[in-house]
This record gives sequence, C-alpha cells and structure tokens, in this order.
Amino acid sequence: MRLSHLACAITLGLACHTALAATAYVSNEKDDSISVIDLDTLQVTDTLAVGMRPRGLLLSNDNRLLYICASDSDRVQVMDLATRQIIKELPSGADPEQFALHPNDRWLYISNEDDALVTVVDTQTDEVLAQIDVGVEPEGMAVSPDGKWAVNTSETTNMLHWIDTSTQQLVDNTLVDQRPRHVEFDKDGQRLWASAEIGGTVTVMDVEAREILKVLRFEIKGVHPDKVQPVGVKLTDDGKYAFVALGPANHVAVVDAKTYEVLDYLLVGRRVWHMAFTPDQKRLLTTNGVSGDVSVIDVASLKVSKSIKVGRYPWGVVVTP
Amino acid sequence: MRPIRRLLLPCLLICLGASAACLAAAPAAELQVRIGYLAYIPATGPLLSNVIPEPTDAGLRGAELAIADSNSTGRFLKHNYSLEVSQQHDSNALLQAATDLHQQGVRLFVVNAPAATLRQLSEQLKDSLLLNAGSADDALRSQQCLPNVLHTLPSRAMLADALAQFLTLRKWTRWLLITGPTEDDQAYASALRRAAKRFGHRIVAEKPWSFDNDQRRSAQAEMPLFTQTSEYDVVLVADERGDFGEYLPYNTWYPRPVAGTQGLTPTAWHKTVETFGAAQLQKRFEAHAGRWMNDRDFAAWMAVRSLATAVTKQRASDPMTTRHLLLNEQLPLDGFKGRKLSFRTWNGQLRQPIPLVHPRALVSTSPQDGFLHPHNEMDSLGYDRPEVSCDLAGSSN
Repeated sequence: MRLSHLACAITLGLACHTALAATAYVSNEKDDSISVIDLDTLQVTDTLAVGMRPRGLLLSNDNRLLYICASDSDRVQVMDLATRQIIKELPSGADPEQFALHPNDRWLYISNEDDALVTVVDTQTDEVLAQIDVGVEPEGMAVSPDGKWAVNTSETTNMLHWIDTSTQQLVDNTLVDQRPRHVEFDKDGQRLWASAEIGGTVTVMDVEAREILKVLRFEIKGVHPDKVQPVGVKLTDDGKYAFVALGPANHVAVVDAKTYEVLDYLLVGRRVWHMAFTPDQKRLLTTNGVSGDVSVIDVASLKVSKSIKVGRYPWGVVVTP
Repeated sequence: MRPIRRLLLPCLLICLGASAACLAAAPAAELQVRIGYLAYIPATGPLLSNVIPEPTDAGLRGAELAIADSNSTGRFLKHNYSLEVSQQHDSNALLQAATDLHQQGVRLFVVNAPAATLRQLSEQLKDSLLLNAGSADDALRSQQCLPNVLHTLPSRAMLADALAQFLTLRKWTRWLLITGPTEDDQAYASALRRAAKRFGHRIVAEKPWSFDNDQRRSAQAEMPLFTQTSEYDVVLVADERGDFGEYLPYNTWYPRPVAGTQGLTPTAWHKTVETFGAAQLQKRFEAHAGRWMNDRDFAAWMAVRSLATAVTKQRASDPMTTRHLLLNEQLPLDGFKGRKLSFRTWNGQLRQPIPLVHPRALVSTSPQDGFLHPHNEMDSLGYDRPEVSCDLAGSSN
C-alpha cells in the first residue's frame, strides 16, 4: 500500500487521502500504533506509530484532525489526517484514557485515570482551562450535543459526574452500578446511556431531570453472567438501535433504543471494547482486544460480516468519511 | 468538588470554635463507617532464604488504600470511612485491642491473623462482621465455618486447585511433593494432595524437608540428591515461610519445573497482574505504599471494598444487614480480576480467579478453560457446596 499511496500522491497530489473511501482508525494499545482500514476493501492499508499505549480516539468536527490518548506517554497527540503526522501534543494531565470534544471544537475534556481528575484543554491555544476533581479512576467521557454538559464516569467511585461546561464545575453525581466505563448521549441529547462493566448493566438517564429511566441487563445463552461486562455503547442517529459491547462475553447486544428491549446478541471477537459507525451508519465496527481484530457488523441485517486483523490489543476506533 | 472543600473549611472552623451543638449536627448529615483493622502476624523464625525481605505492613497498606478509594464515593454520598488500626505482637494483646474497639462502637473488622486468633475474635465479637484477610485455613471454609466471618483471602484449597488445573492442562500429572516442617506447610501439602485427587494427578513420591541433612552442604547442593526419586513431571513444594523452597528450581534431580509455594505460584495477587483495570490499582497502591501490592494487601483491600460496596448499596453500615447483603450473591464486587466477584453462600469465601505467577511474569489464570461447573466456573476452585457442612447464608448469625 505504501507504493500505491506514493503513486496516488504523484498523480493526484495532496487531494489523495480525501479521494479515498471511508477510513477507520484503530488504536492498538499494546503496539503503540494506529491501524488504518480502508472501508471499501476492508483491508488494513497502513499502520502508524504513535505514543505509548494509545487508547481513546476522536476526530475534530471537520474530520481533519485525529486526537489520540497516548496513556503511558501522558499526552494527547494530534494527528493531521492529510499527512498522517503528529502535529502537536496537548498537555493532557497524567494517564489520559478517554476524552470528548465540546461541540465548539475547542474544549477537550480528558479523563486522567491515575489522578482522579478531568482536565479541560483548549485545543487551539493548548492551554489547560480547568482541572476538575472527580471520583477514582475516571474513564468514560461525553459532552452533550448542546454542549451544556460534560459527563465523566469513575470506575472505582461508581458514579457519573456531571460537569457544567459554562462554569467547568462539578454540579451533580449519579451513583450507578460497579465500574462505569462509557457514556454516550443520544443524538438530540435527551438520553444518556452509561455502561457498568462489573455491574453488568447499562443505565439510561433522562438528561434534563438527571434521573434514571431504565437499567438494562443482559443474558446470553451459554455465556456465564460474570463474563457479561458492558463497555462501549453506540446509538444510531435514527433512534432505532443501541449497540452495547459486552467485553469478555465476546458479543455485542442490540437494544431497541425506544423500548429498551434487548433484540439480539451478535458474536464478535474476544473482549470487545469500543465501536464506531461508518458515516452512512450501515456498518458498525468493533475493536476486539484479546483477539486483535475488528469485527464488521451489518446494521440492516444485524449480522457480523467480516473480521479484520489489526495490531495487538485494539482499543478505540473512529471513522472518517 | 472544590466548592465543597471551600464550604468544609469554614464549617470546621465553626465546629472548632463552638460546641457540642455543632458536633452533633455534623454527623447527622454524614454516615460514619468505622472499620477496625486487626493484625497479628507471628514471627516465622530464622529462614535459610532471607535475602529478599517480605514487607512487614502487608495487608494494612491495602486496607488503607481501600479506605481512600471508598471515600471517593463516600464524599459524594456523605459516607465517611475510617480505619482504626491495631497491630499487635501477640494474640492476647490483639483480643484486648479488639474489645476496646468494640466498646468504642466498631462493628466491622478486617482481620489479618492466624486461624486460631480469628476463631477467638469471632467468638468475642459475636455481633460484628469480620472479614478474614490473613488466614488461608481450609477448616474455616469446610467443617468449622465461623458464622460472622467472610474470607477475602483465598483458601489453600483454592490455590492448590488453581495450580492443579493448570498442571492438568500441561499434562504434568506425576508429582514429587516436598513438604516443610511447620503446620502451615502440612496444611498446604494437604491441599495439594486433595487437588491431586480432584484433578487426576499422581503423587509418585513424598518427601519431608527436615533439617537433619548433611549440614556441611548448602541447601542448593542438597537438592539434587534430595529430589532423586521415581521420575516425576513436576516438583510440588509446600514451604509457606520461604525457608528452603527457593533453592529447588534448577536443582532438581530431573530437569523438571517447580511449583507450589515457590517456582510457579498460585496467589491472590501479584505485581504482574495488569489486565481488567488491575494496572490502575497497582499504580494507586504503589503510589500509596511505595512497594508492590501482594496477596495480603489485595485481600485487605478487597475486604474494605466489599464492606464499602455493601454500605453504598444499602446506605447503612449495620453489620448483620451487611453480612446478609454480601452473602446473597446479588451484589457484584469489583476486584480487577476480570470477573464479578461474590461470596460463596455456604462458607463465606470470596470466589475469585487465581493468578499463577513466577517472580517476573503472569503464567496463567485459573479457573482454566474447560473446567466446567454447573453454577460458576470459579467454584471449581476450593471447597464446593456439596463438600462442606457449613451453610452460612442459611444460618442467621
């Protein structure tokens, strides 16, 4: 692929990458690298060296910049996707694991797992705007679509921490089940979904009232309940489905996002962590840490169509159009 | 949380300046959870292998960290956890210290002491809940369960079964068993014999390590001859103090691995455990204690965390309701071991995966794949319900 890149670059110049199909970027926790997957061919086309223990990934609003939590380098790295070069590193605080970008495209909310802090960094000035005390082992991070709330989960404190982004102050806490890992707002920002890995549950909250609407449980035939450990959550924009990655249960649960009924369990690779949709939301990619691959789920048929080998311990995934 | 701290300071100043009225007002809002930490660790006597000293504060540092972890939830819920520490050099002094703490109102205890002391404490603190983080004694989990005691430290039977499953997987089924002179060593060897029977291993020879060998030779020089028996696949050693067992690896008559208390070791916790969030616990512990976390630290950490998880759930700290909640299997506990942990209803033992380690690496984790169990695969380790006469959940305290 390097050769074809080169050929491509010669003929088309810098427009090359944007001319390609949708592309997935997968962080490989134990390889200190990012695997690049062409979503037309479903092939790994490149592997990019990054900082140590890369985990959380996210994109700038224009999809030009890739933010990478390099946990063991204690840095958030910023990659220009046109050149695939790291263009700067942000002062993230120690051990950044997950993060979320405010809709203003500037404020980055970063979980500092070892320091029980959320660090807010301005991605344009590289300044630390605030550091907010939260519970022990902060992990999941999400900002509401209207930009009002930043919500963090703390794995040992077992809480959701609600940060008012206008003041950068912690204003409320919600106790959920053991080891909350990930939070996800729905598209209109009315509901918040929070997974609890050891509790084995997903809590759905009403954002306005900050009240718990529903606690979802999962049961897979032939899999011991102890292995059902929800991690990543993804919601379709049409409000139809929620997908919940169930960790060492090696399945993704499909949930009706309106009735909260669990519709199906899809077998993927081993220890499934996080997920990302393709831009048309027709396919969902999952990172499978132990088996070192990415599963491709067809959303219309709810079938797993392919697995793609990536690096060691794939963790985060994002997709650009 | 910074605003709350700002509020706290003026409040404290007012309290200091003022009177009982203020003191009475403050605790009403906050649930005070006092946990007693009782430790008595008998001296082991002189050891041949004493080059690398063991930490003297094993257990305590884990309990301390768990208090800090629990207060991170507690500060949001207005639950305040504190540890009342008593470490004594003899059993009687510990019993007295426990009485004093009990008189001060403490009803939740973490105990790091031998089985005999634990039995006495259990008898003396009848209306309290004790979490055993110090004794691996199998009798306490099979025929002589104590109604008010739960165990976070794995029993010897669990450790032996965890090892035996792995040896089955490797097809190392012919064992030479070497046992030290102490009662603890004998108990460890008994657990190994039980595991051999359960998992189809054969003990081809058993040798007691005694000190009447040729004293002109070092232990290292003694080992090849000492291990010259019928052929075995693996040498199993029961030397809990770490007296002679360290000299077995590479010194066996046949070129075979060593496992048990030395060599490949089953343990509740080790530095090389890193997955399922364990790396974060290890880092927190090392920052707190300035050393690696060991099995006793983990058991004490897990004991305090179990109590705190129950208190968080019920928003109260009554010892009997806490015991009931911890024994009903509906409260998953987070032990950074990849599974939800819970206490066995029949004997109060925390079911948990057991890492198998050598000093610099994790070799495997039991239960091994394929060792099935009708209720929970982790119950393939240690005393299962049909094997014991205890029924903790069924007996009210």
